[in-house]
Amino acid sequence: MAATVSDLLDIDPRVFVVLADISASYFHRASARHPDRIINVGIMEQTMISLAAGVALEGFIPVCHSIVPFLVERPFEQLKDDFCYQGLGGNFVSIGASYDYGTDGMTHYGPGDVAILATLPGMQIVVPGTAGEFDTLFREAYTNGSPTYFRTSAHQNANDRAVSFGHLELVRSGSRATVVAIGPMLDRTLSAIDGLDVALLYATTLAPFDGQTLRAAAAARSVIVVEPFYEGTMVAEIVRALAPDPVRVEAIGVPRRVLSRYGTPEQHDADIGLTPAGIRQRIERFLDSGR
Amino acid sequence: MSAGRAIVAGDDTRGRTGFERVRALMEMAAGDEKHDPSAHSTLDIVWVLYDRILRFDPTEPRSESRDRFILSKGHGPVALYAVLATKGFFPADELERFMTWPGILGGHPARDRVPGIEASTGSLGHGFSMAIGVALALKAKDSDRRVFVLIGDGESNEGSVWEAALLAGSLELPHMTCILVNNRSSTRPLGDMAAKFTSFGWVARDVDGRDHDALETALRQTDARRPSLVVAHIS
Repeated sequence: MAATVSDLLDIDPRVFVVLADISASYFHRASARHPDRIINVGIMEQTMISLAAGVALEGFIPVCHSIVPFLVERPFEQLKDDFCYQGLGGNFVSIGASYDYGTDGMTHYGPGDVAILATLPGMQIVVPGTAGEFDTLFREAYTNGSPTYFRTSAHQNANDRAVSFGHLELVRSGSRATVVAIGPMLDRTLSAIDGLDVALLYATTLAPFDGQTLRAAAAARSVIVVEPFYEGTMVAEIVRALAPDPVRVEAIGVPRRVLSRYGTPEQHDADIGLTPAGIRQRIERFLDSGR
Repeated sequence: MSAGRAIVAGDDTRGRTGFERVRALMEMAAGDEKHDPSAHSTLDIVWVLYDRILRFDPTEPRSESRDRFILSKGHGPVALYAVLATKGFFPADELERFMTWPGILGGHPARDRVPGIEASTGSLGHGFSMAIGVALALKAKDSDRRVFVLIGDGESNEGSVWEAALLAGSLELPHMTCILVNNRSSTRPLGDMAAKFTSFGWVARDVDGRDHDALETALRQTDARRPSLVVAHIS
């Protein structure tokens, strides 16, 4: 993230970075080169977002960054009013997806970010599966004049794919159902569906959602979405894309309960079944129930 | 472009006559049903800003060479609407449609609908930090245009106001002025706000919020490095 944004600071004089302490050390060198276009406001996230809107009012392209709860949930109203309502473009790059900070407790978990941001008109949502994909998608979208949320994660897939903003990618074909793997869920989903007759779509842009590609790929109107955040977040978008046809949907992701244990992301995955085996089990159950 | 000069220059758009026209427009628009103490408390300040301080051209409301004014509290915008209309940003008869379906003038101001409105505000505690962003952006553009932001004493209950006060006081923003209107609407006593802002690094002054000459003097003063606070007391 810092490498991409620092590079853009060098080549695009409109880029203006607004930080709230988190990751500030990653921008020391860029700050020395562009002291007028990087500010670390301190621990004041509401001001980070409103200040960025002020920067946008003057024609700059702001980039804000923090851990999910402090970028999305604490200053949510600032995102709504100062960017969406005012029709301003800006970029909001998070770290600490879901339980990436798995030993720090619920205050530092962020499985609800995409669900609440999806309520905001005009908010674009991007969930890259690798750092390389973040670089590609950010460079493609950061100037597009809309508020855009980039959700980065410690969970990454092994390889970059040729992603493109706003498009689902058909990874493999199949007839019994269509699985949609979102961002860092791709690798484990590929393992989970090994040998199953299902199609697989890879999603990195969630809003705007590429319903056209889903509609073309989901002939059976049975869809399973594997989500790295609260499960069910994308169901409404999937149903909308396939409307008015009746559709069977299964959502596999983070359950909506307080995650009260402390552990590695892998331990949390195992606890909630977000592993290749757990995902396969739920996919098989879904396929069997539709016979 | 010069301070307080409207394109539609006329006897009734400046000075005391202009102010009386603005007051009449505001009363007409607000009426009894929409009586708003917030508008009455900011009327003199907004008038002095647009009549004596700000550089603007109503035919080019987004001109780079304008000074910026953000009504952070967003409440009581009819005073600002009446001033903008009198100064030529839009026809005065728009005030007749204040807060109605066919009108563009809402109960809180929207930048994409009303010429001259810099920022859409209404939820308290947003515009102050936006003004810091504007001031930093102007600094990055090497512009010497001034940025004024008006906050209320009730608004100052919001934590984000204190974030902004702390932050701006630590930055070199000599072209930024915050106007705090104290009409005693704060649920909690605020104490000496000038002293509080001074402790954060601001230059602060107290002034009678109805005294146009005193307001002008206070609003003209700037510091070489620090942002300025003008606490306008409304009796």
